[in-house]
Amino acid sequence: MTTHSIAPAVRAVRRLSPLTFSFGARRWESTGAEPPPAGGHLPSIATSKILRGTREAALRTPGIKWLDEGGSSPLQNTIGGRETRKMNVYQAVRDAMGITLSKDDTAIVFGEDVAFGGVFRCTMGLAEEFGRERVFNTPLSEQGIAGFGIGVASMGQTAIAEIQFSDYIFPAFDQLVNEAAKFRYRSGGQFNVGGLTVRTPTMSVGHGGLYHSQSPEGFFMGASGLKIVIPRSPIQAKGLLLASIRDPNPVIFMEPKILYRSAIEQVPIDDFELPLGRAEIVVPGADLTLLTWGTPIFHCETALSLLSEPPASLASVVPESARGARVELIDLRTILPWDIETVVESVKRTGRLVIVHEASRTAGVGAEIAAEIQSKAFLKLHAPVRRVTSWDTPVGLQYEKFIIPDAIRVLDGILETLAF
Amino acid sequence: MASLARLRSRLPLTKSGRFAPFVRSLQTSADSTQLTQSIPEDGSTPFSVKLHEDSFRAYHTETPSLEVEVTKDSLLKMYKEMVTMRRMEQSADALYKSKLIRGFCHLAIGQEAVAVGLESSITKDDMVITAYRCHPFAVLRGGTVTGVLGELLGRQVGMSNGKGGSMHIFTPNFFGGNGIVGAQVPIGAGIAFAQKYLERPTATFALYGDGASNQGQVFEAFNMAKLWNLPCVFVCENNKYGMGTSAERSSSNTEYFTRGDKIPGIQANGMDIIASAQAVKYARDWAVSGKGPLLLEFVTYRYGGHSMSDPGTTYRTREEVQRMRSTQDPIRGLQRYIEEWGVATDADLKASSDAFPPYLLLALDKAAKEEIDKAVEEAKASPVPKTEDLWTDIYYKGTEPSAMRGRERGEVHVY
Repeated sequence: MTTHSIAPAVRAVRRLSPLTFSFGARRWESTGAEPPPAGGHLPSIATSKILRGTREAALRTPGIKWLDEGGSSPLQNTIGGRETRKMNVYQAVRDAMGITLSKDDTAIVFGEDVAFGGVFRCTMGLAEEFGRERVFNTPLSEQGIAGFGIGVASMGQTAIAEIQFSDYIFPAFDQLVNEAAKFRYRSGGQFNVGGLTVRTPTMSVGHGGLYHSQSPEGFFMGASGLKIVIPRSPIQAKGLLLASIRDPNPVIFMEPKILYRSAIEQVPIDDFELPLGRAEIVVPGADLTLLTWGTPIFHCETALSLLSEPPASLASVVPESARGARVELIDLRTILPWDIETVVESVKRTGRLVIVHEASRTAGVGAEIAAEIQSKAFLKLHAPVRRVTSWDTPVGLQYEKFIIPDAIRVLDGILETLAF
Repeated sequence: MASLARLRSRLPLTKSGRFAPFVRSLQTSADSTQLTQSIPEDGSTPFSVKLHEDSFRAYHTETPSLEVEVTKDSLLKMYKEMVTMRRMEQSADALYKSKLIRGFCHLAIGQEAVAVGLESSITKDDMVITAYRCHPFAVLRGGTVTGVLGELLGRQVGMSNGKGGSMHIFTPNFFGGNGIVGAQVPIGAGIAFAQKYLERPTATFALYGDGASNQGQVFEAFNMAKLWNLPCVFVCENNKYGMGTSAERSSSNTEYFTRGDKIPGIQANGMDIIASAQAVKYARDWAVSGKGPLLLEFVTYRYGGHSMSDPGTTYRTREEVQRMRSTQDPIRGLQRYIEEWGVATDADLKASSDAFPPYLLLALDKAAKEEIDKAVEEAKASPVPKTEDLWTDIYYKGTEPSAMRGRERGEVHVY
């Protein structure tokens, strides 16, 4: 996908007046770039090295915690004998919910069209397997779904709600921010809705337009009491979703919708969790910290490839001195509460931070991170914290690939930050 | 728009052009119930009374029976509870006016028959969730007056450790007040779902006001509850004003018990404690027997303003409030039953030097006053929450971020 996204973005840049958007000079020089060859040499989601395509790599996922049958038996940390299966993200999400429904009798799954499998197939067959009283469709009423789920969870049940697109979460915003996030606090610890997990597809899909390509995670940043989790891959989706469902706090679990089918890994079939509140250093480095979550991690991977081995069309704008830069790529994974320690530690080593997210820039999650980093690592910074984000516009249909940050813009951000 | 509302006729025109009410209106007098048999000696022996024939109205169902069995003990208990609740709210009013209670505070003076009537007809295993006028429910559902007043004062002894305040008070079977108008209603539907899923033969009572009844999520909750046949009773406390806007000016249909579409409804006299209790009994039986949700509208009245910052006299006349207080007060109504029916037992009378029935009620009044005065002192004596409590109960202990910002520059709490 990323290989194709570059050309329209570049063309769009050419069409627009320079007064409308101000770019660094390098961007303008790059407008003559030709698209790379079809199926070319750049990593895409299909060929990403971030994805764990073998059993051995899958079983060695950092931070993996096995939760095997029989809660009383000690946790098995051995990986011998464990099996994996090839899954994409929606299959991994379905697998996590299947494990939950089979192990936890109080667990229910509900949302618009989930009994039919859901619009992204995440709940395929769950209703048939676990019964329609446990996996059921709701009316099209997001505020009601959230409130209903909060009520169910407040009775101690495991409630897994689906909001069909994260763009539709806004009617439920009050329930999530005022009720779910605050239930424990305002009841003096007597009640909680820790059993509530709200799953929702997020981020762009290339042609979603205004109401199907948004990334609303930033709107929840002030809602202490909630957790926001965004996985990048099938293994991450399964492990983080199981951890989110069992976390004793309400969690909003946002699944990047473009990855549902395109990101494929060998996923351990056993029950396992990955830690919430912990970022993961996906590619270690020493010269610049590149922080992101969800879909853009693959644009970042592409950008790193463009940086170290620029194609001929980009060679003139990537200085030789920058090509050897060792960039540390971090997947934030949990957006709230975010892993300040890991990011600060990384930035203190590298002195440079580029944050990439699909939501628009003003008061996006990147703003909070940038502010925190400048206060915690001010004297270590060699360059201003750079944010590569969507523009502050709605996600217009025809301009989607121009609005959402792509590998070229990430590369541009890296180069400017390295050269500051 | 206000002028539009004034222009709209409250009564439909008949073909001939004359005004004619199409239904009989609900009786909202607090003392229209009649004794139909001689009263037994024993305090726990039931006896029959008959409610006024217009105590209820029904939508898509039958009205509850007008024949009600009560006992002397239950009437005296309800009297004691109503008086205690009113005293508590009056003390909150005084504490607010002396600036010890700050923030938002909504009192239920005048609406006591709803909370006491509800509690008298449900069990500990039934669940209740309501909005911001929540103090009586919190006490009756297992809380304490000290706990409620302490919460209002923001003290450690408060039921949410002083961190919630007036609208955020919980007990194990009371899912709190709520400051967001209507937000508790879909939560109530979820609670009712859990009761059904967990196969507990109990009901959830989700309360809201006439103002909240126009919130979209209330209708979302109605739909889900009927769709899934949940044991949920949606209780509309219609005190005739949503803040300062009268029901007629805010609602195209002020017959709140008819607003559930396919959900049947009951409208009940919320000023007569016996009618209130009977309506709740009917509603509970309905929900527990598997008939699904029910709407229950109590026609009631608040004597005070919407909150402490509302004098309550700018959108209604003082005469209206005075008329309600003097003619339809639920406590005076029950007092009249107790006096006229000779409810005070011999034992009660013997205990007093004055063999005049009102003495018993005066004793109950006195006991309520003493209880409240003691609670006020206990609550006032309790310290404010500990500083570290600022950061507790945000996330489950052990799963919170390693540190969180505090009130001042540089103040960071490390877990």
